Amino acid sequence: MTELHLPWLECSILIPLVTAAGVRRISEQDAARRISTAVCLVTLLCTLGAWADFSTLHSSAASDPWDVLSLLFHRPMLVVDALSAPLLPLAGLLYLLTVATTSRTKVNRFSFTWTLISEAVLLATLSCRDPWILTFLLSAATIPPWMEFRMRSRPTRIYVLHMGLFVVLLVTGVWLTYADPSPAGPSVIGTGLIGMAALLRSGVVPLHCWITDLFENVSFGTALLFLTPMTGAYAVIRLVLPVAPDRMLQTIAVLSLTTAVYAAGMALVQTESRRFFCYLFLSHSSLVLAGLQVVTPIGLTGALCVWLSVGLSLLGFGLTLRSVEARTGRLSLNRYHGLIEHTPVLAALFLLTGLSSIGFPGTVGFVGTELLVEGAAGVSAMVGLAPVVAAMLNGIAVLHAWFRVFTGTRRETTASMECRVSERLSGVALIALIIAGGLFPQPGVSSRYQAAVELMNSRHESPQTPSAQVSLQTASFQTVPGKPLGPTDHSGPAIRH
Amino acid sequence: MTQPELLHILGVATVAAPAFLLLALGGLWLAGIPVRERTSAHLTHASVMTGLLAAAGILVLMLTTGIRNVPIELGNWVEIPEEHFHFHLKFAFDRLSVPFVILSFVLCGTVGAFANVYLHREPGYRRFFLFYAVFLLGMTVSSLAATIETLFLGWELVGISSALLVAFFHDRTAPVRNGQRVWSVYRFADAAFLIAALTMHHLTGSGDFDGLMGTGPWPDSTASISSRHALFVGLLLLTAAAGKSGMIPFSGWLPRAMEGPTPSSAIFYGALSVHLGAYLLLRVSPVLAASVPLQICVILIGGMSAVFGAVASRVQSDVKSALAFASLTQVGIIVVEIGLGLHYVPLIHMIGHACLRTLQLLRAPSLLRDHHTLQNAIGGLHAQHNGGPLSDILSPHQRNWLYRFALERGYLDAFLDEFIVRPFTRLFRYTDFLERRWTEFLSGSDSRQSVSEAFSDQSVDDLG
Repeated sequence: MTELHLPWLECSILIPLVTAAGVRRISEQDAARRISTAVCLVTLLCTLGAWADFSTLHSSAASDPWDVLSLLFHRPMLVVDALSAPLLPLAGLLYLLTVATTSRTKVNRFSFTWTLISEAVLLATLSCRDPWILTFLLSAATIPPWMEFRMRSRPTRIYVLHMGLFVVLLVTGVWLTYADPSPAGPSVIGTGLIGMAALLRSGVVPLHCWITDLFENVSFGTALLFLTPMTGAYAVIRLVLPVAPDRMLQTIAVLSLTTAVYAAGMALVQTESRRFFCYLFLSHSSLVLAGLQVVTPIGLTGALCVWLSVGLSLLGFGLTLRSVEARTGRLSLNRYHGLIEHTPVLAALFLLTGLSSIGFPGTVGFVGTELLVEGAAGVSAMVGLAPVVAAMLNGIAVLHAWFRVFTGTRRETTASMECRVSERLSGVALIALIIAGGLFPQPGVSSRYQAAVELMNSRHESPQTPSAQVSLQTASFQTVPGKPLGPTDHSGPAIRH
Repeated sequence: MTQPELLHILGVATVAAPAFLLLALGGLWLAGIPVRERTSAHLTHASVMTGLLAAAGILVLMLTTGIRNVPIELGNWVEIPEEHFHFHLKFAFDRLSVPFVILSFVLCGTVGAFANVYLHREPGYRRFFLFYAVFLLGMTVSSLAATIETLFLGWELVGISSALLVAFFHDRTAPVRNGQRVWSVYRFADAAFLIAALTMHHLTGSGDFDGLMGTGPWPDSTASISSRHALFVGLLLLTAAAGKSGMIPFSGWLPRAMEGPTPSSAIFYGALSVHLGAYLLLRVSPVLAASVPLQICVILIGGMSAVFGAVASRVQSDVKSALAFASLTQVGIIVVEIGLGLHYVPLIHMIGHACLRTLQLLRAPSLLRDHHTLQNAIGGLHAQHNGGPLSDILSPHQRNWLYRFALERGYLDAFLDEFIVRPFTRLFRYTDFLERRWTEFLSGSDSRQSVSEAFSDQSVDDLG
């Protein structure tokens, strides 16, 4: 396998992991926040380095040089490919902005040690393609939120029940599917169990109650860090998509689309800002998951684009809401708060990131949503209708929340609610990315198309169940480093303009 | 410089001028750099004049050379060549778009100049001009769009700027609630539009209007889809147009939208935005012509909206609401004209009505002064109008019923609330209740640490 020029992946994982032990010994939480911010910044630079390095190699995948783990397993364990290359910096950015914007009033509730550990686990997950190590990492990632439940003396039963089931399903599924490769192809039962685990982790209805419980009981930052990377969707791509029969993917798509519409409807009737955000996120992440099951290049490209755009937008939206909550406490959406006079910057960020998440023109979400809707509509008219309805409801919900939080009354306050420097910088960086991605979408779309083609190829190369083999006869792709990608024979339902 | 090159430059300038205004005002606002009122006014003036002169230049060239259709290709904004996927940025200057875009620039320029004085030293001055820039770009893109995706792009920009300007006076509840209402209706209309766009792709394999409506410049083109498909796509587009133009059954938002400042009311609900639905129908008129049932639907919706607007406008207690319903009457008539297969008559009607209504709305704040001036001029009280021809035909009971119907604005808002919004919110509140029971069963304790309040009726009204 092609090697990167520097061990970016190992550095990005080891730096937060090693520093976590040091941060644990710092008694002053504000100092811990500053150090953690610096560590997250360095980690982000490493992930950006990995992306840039990978882009120069024109390879389908690349591993670290001097990979210590490969000595143990006799194959490269940390790999960056077209799918994960932008996801790594996105994860790095998520952690950096979350840590940097943690207000001083909240630092005592937010564990920087566990945050750095979870960052290392997340980056390792996104750099890993081995089913067993991936299973271990996905399972390990459930521990930091559980620790926070415990530290805050909150009831853990719902979380433990769901995440315990997730781990059991995942381990059993991977064992049945990958432990003993059968000549007849992977076990359908095993793949189904992995699929169920991924659906549970993604919060697909009716297995979503743990997500609302998480937002209720842990800090907003921890909930954001656990959910925004959408590791459930990542598990589907790595473990389910290559081997699952068509019927299973269609089932996942239908369940995800149902969740997208249901969660959008629920977001509209929530009376509390945190629960509103939870359902809004659930709706968007379900759209991504649904798009991934539309195994056409256009649909997959759309889903991967929306993954990035929703990651950026809802990160900004969530952080803005978190900053507002840091000033006012949890917000009721049953009445108007009129905060715009006191926090105009946060109001602007809330509106722009919210509009971006629904795929508004001129923002990073627009083209991805268009592609996703067209990919879904290519499968069937009803499937195409669901994202449109979800986007409509989400759009209404976003502006409803904005009006409730920032307008409607004149709020009297003696304390300053102005944005801090770190919040302003974080916001401006996100807005710049959102608008730049919206005005110049071609590089992002090309990169996601390449990832989509490689995913199609991975599905083609894996031992398939008969139905999957039949479906793949309709679309096969060639990926040759340095040469243009394209279908050799395509008769799928993608829409041509 | 050759003639095609000159046309291309003028075409690009027409679209680029409002885009530049938005980039400048938006960029400065995001960067936190304060902009003086004078600078903002100069930027707006320069942008509108540039766009107007460029569009007028194209009109002159078209008239002198006899060219009826000038396509401006800006290339592919996004493309995946292997999948033959292109998001084509293409604008068309033809006999429909050129008058409409010139109208947009003229009226936006007028309203911009008016607002510069009207909102002088208002706290929301900068915000107004930022939303105004979004609206101007949206109108320009919508007017000149040659593909349905491009039209959708402009359509959305008009929608958000409209909702935010209705809620301009954001420290009061009523404007904000009305802004939310407008937005909700617009989102519904947008969804219908998007589904129509997707269906068009499936039917014609292209988002270009040329692909849908066959060859030939507007209005001589013929739809290239079957009557059945035309009916389906046309009904979706009619729904989108009805939402955008406040036609029945979405008319309830039109008087609510008058909560915004007078300049925005003039430009949105008197002049341009309210005509955007009719413009869409005019743009796809070959599709309407392909299906007689569709034409009947268009005539019915337009006719009912016109009658409703005429009745409702007579009992409004404030001048802006009366003007809003008067606008609806004219928009309804324009839509009937479109349904009857006319092309130039509705276009001329639209232009004339937009200009008149802009003037009336801009004069609305000084209505009493104008009235007194008129009284002084004629030397006494203006003759009171004691009812129209209907007052002789209808019985007192029927007159009372009609009066109440008009006063309650046709019960359209109540109808939408009762049959769409409330069932929707009831369903999801019930599922929310079930979820709560389920999580409490699982956790064995109260599952909601956060503020937990019942979803209020006021919230239902807002969402409607």
